[in-house]
Amino acid sequence: MTTTSHNVVLHVDDVRKTFGGLHALSDIDLAVEEGKTHAIIGPNGAGKSTLLNVIVGRLAPTSGAVVFDGHILTGKQPHEINQLGVARVFQTPEIFPDLPVLHNVMTPAFAKRDGSYKLHIWENLLDEKTIQEEAESILQDVGLWERRMDHAGALSRGDKRRMELAMCLIQHPRLLLLDEPTAGMSRHDTNTTIDLLKKLKERGMTKIIIEHDMHVVFSLADKISVLAQGRIIAEGDPEDVRNDPKVKEAYLGGAN
Amino acid sequence: MLGLSAKDTGFLLFVTFLTLATPILLQPFPETSSLAQFNAGYPDLMQRFAIYGIFAIGFNILFGLTGYLSFGHAAFLGVGSYSVVWMYKLLSFNVLPGLILAIVLSGVFALLIGYVSLRRSGIYFSILTLAFAQMSYNLAYSVFTPLTNGETGLQVYTSDPQILMGEGSTQVPNLFGLVMQDSIKLPVGDWLFTFNVGYYFTAVIAIFVFYISLRIFRSPFGLILRAIKTNRTRLSYAGINTRPYMLAAFVISGMYAGLAGGLLAAMDPLAGAERMQWTASGEVVLMTILGGAGTLMGPVLGAGFIKYFENIFSKINESVLHDWFGALPEPVRDFLIAIVSPFVGDGWQLTLGLLFVLVVVFLPGGIMEGARRIGSIFRRKPAAAEPAKLPETPPAVAGDPAGE
Repeated sequence: MTTTSHNVVLHVDDVRKTFGGLHALSDIDLAVEEGKTHAIIGPNGAGKSTLLNVIVGRLAPTSGAVVFDGHILTGKQPHEINQLGVARVFQTPEIFPDLPVLHNVMTPAFAKRDGSYKLHIWENLLDEKTIQEEAESILQDVGLWERRMDHAGALSRGDKRRMELAMCLIQHPRLLLLDEPTAGMSRHDTNTTIDLLKKLKERGMTKIIIEHDMHVVFSLADKISVLAQGRIIAEGDPEDVRNDPKVKEAYLGGAN
Repeated sequence: MLGLSAKDTGFLLFVTFLTLATPILLQPFPETSSLAQFNAGYPDLMQRFAIYGIFAIGFNILFGLTGYLSFGHAAFLGVGSYSVVWMYKLLSFNVLPGLILAIVLSGVFALLIGYVSLRRSGIYFSILTLAFAQMSYNLAYSVFTPLTNGETGLQVYTSDPQILMGEGSTQVPNLFGLVMQDSIKLPVGDWLFTFNVGYYFTAVIAIFVFYISLRIFRSPFGLILRAIKTNRTRLSYAGINTRPYMLAAFVISGMYAGLAGGLLAAMDPLAGAERMQWTASGEVVLMTILGGAGTLMGPVLGAGFIKYFENIFSKINESVLHDWFGALPEPVRDFLIAIVSPFVGDGWQLTLGLLFVLVVVFLPGGIMEGARRIGSIFRRKPAAAEPAKLPETPPAVAGDPAGE
């Protein structure tokens, strides 16, 4: 933990991404402060998920750079970026459907403990008590402990999402990227997730969150960036963004 | 015990018992009965069960756990056989140096082939492994003839150096004097049991490598291999570099194949390039799928099944059929023989093909899934008597259902 609360951990520096002639992202600058929750909102197709894909190394930016905690992420492999402490919940749950829930959550813990590879051929999984206990405790936090022996593929969409969140949390990431973490959840589960994310904030975890549900965004965000057609059109604390006429136009203009 | 849970230890002991009792279990029919030809308890066939079992166990570590389908594992089988015969030629008929060389060399080969092939996944990976194996096969016939003796096959000649051979040394494959082809025949009533040195040597090795495979299945390494099968992309976003895991699985399974190939030459001191042919690679795929890919016992059962078919079903020719249906009226007998004969004898592969189709369509999990389904039929009755267990209520984590 750092003492200065306004320490920027993630810099997105003038990032541009084009697909053929399509400008998915243009001149994106983003500074995420340590311990804060930074929400990215915007209409569908604004480039929000593309931006996260650039940060985690799924897509290489056409130009510009992403710097996390002094490390240039651009050009690094996804597993190297994760090893630096960046974890992500995907928009469509990326899980191990054929494995039990407990093993889904334990797997990332090995990466956290052992680095990007270590060939534990001779140990028995049953002897990994520390990791198993931690996985069970996190499954309790997200409310999936009862289902720990079920195959992950059998979970509902909302439950898969909570399990994926658990898969990220077991790594104690320094930066957590959440792509619509409550999509497909009931109102009750959404509130449970909001409470959980608030708790993480108390522990000082830095988060970037993409969300359509404004209830979730305004419950959690310290700062909001509004993306429309690949550009940031507004940025500031929740109150400012709520009253920004440009934001109203981008959102409500489309809705009218 | 042995780093395993109590359940797995029991399982291992059960498998050990079955393997050691094979010469008795596979000899269920008395010698005098007409069913004696279905007995499989003769040394040559039992050795094949154990050896191809080892081949399939190793293949399953790659294909069963990671889902990467190699069509080139016969190359390692060939490398293993050539290694053993070369050690006969250079040192002596003791099988041990050759088997060690077989494992090491096939491991090196697997490292090279795996390193290149694993740059691609799915069908491209399969094609790359197939290409490498066919290259090895063709090289064995052309460029490498000084090493492989080409079409004749590699064998031991009296002119070979055999520097460790003394005056009275055994002239056949042995382990420190224990001759592989020696057997003890034990008649019990009408039954005749054959306990063969070579079989027990391969059986002990098979049990040991089965134990290694069990450890791999239960290890964190095994968990990550399974995770690769179900979602490789996710693993990289969870911070795991999947390439070294894949390569390790590939090398381990290549070493199993090399060991199996070495054991083939340890039983019969010959090595030919046909062992590397793509049909041999395909055979281990069939064994694994037929038995149940990803299960521990499945591939061994699949290997046994196919080898049994190859050796027993192929022996049923028309005169055997005449014996069976001899009591029937002639038109019926001729009709039955006409129907059955294409499927037996030389036609055994037709029957195997049909069975394979049936298994893949109706039992995608192979023989093991069939066994599980039968098991669950017997278990369902007592379970239905108990009231269904309701899911417990989740612990209260949520605050007020605020918002609405």
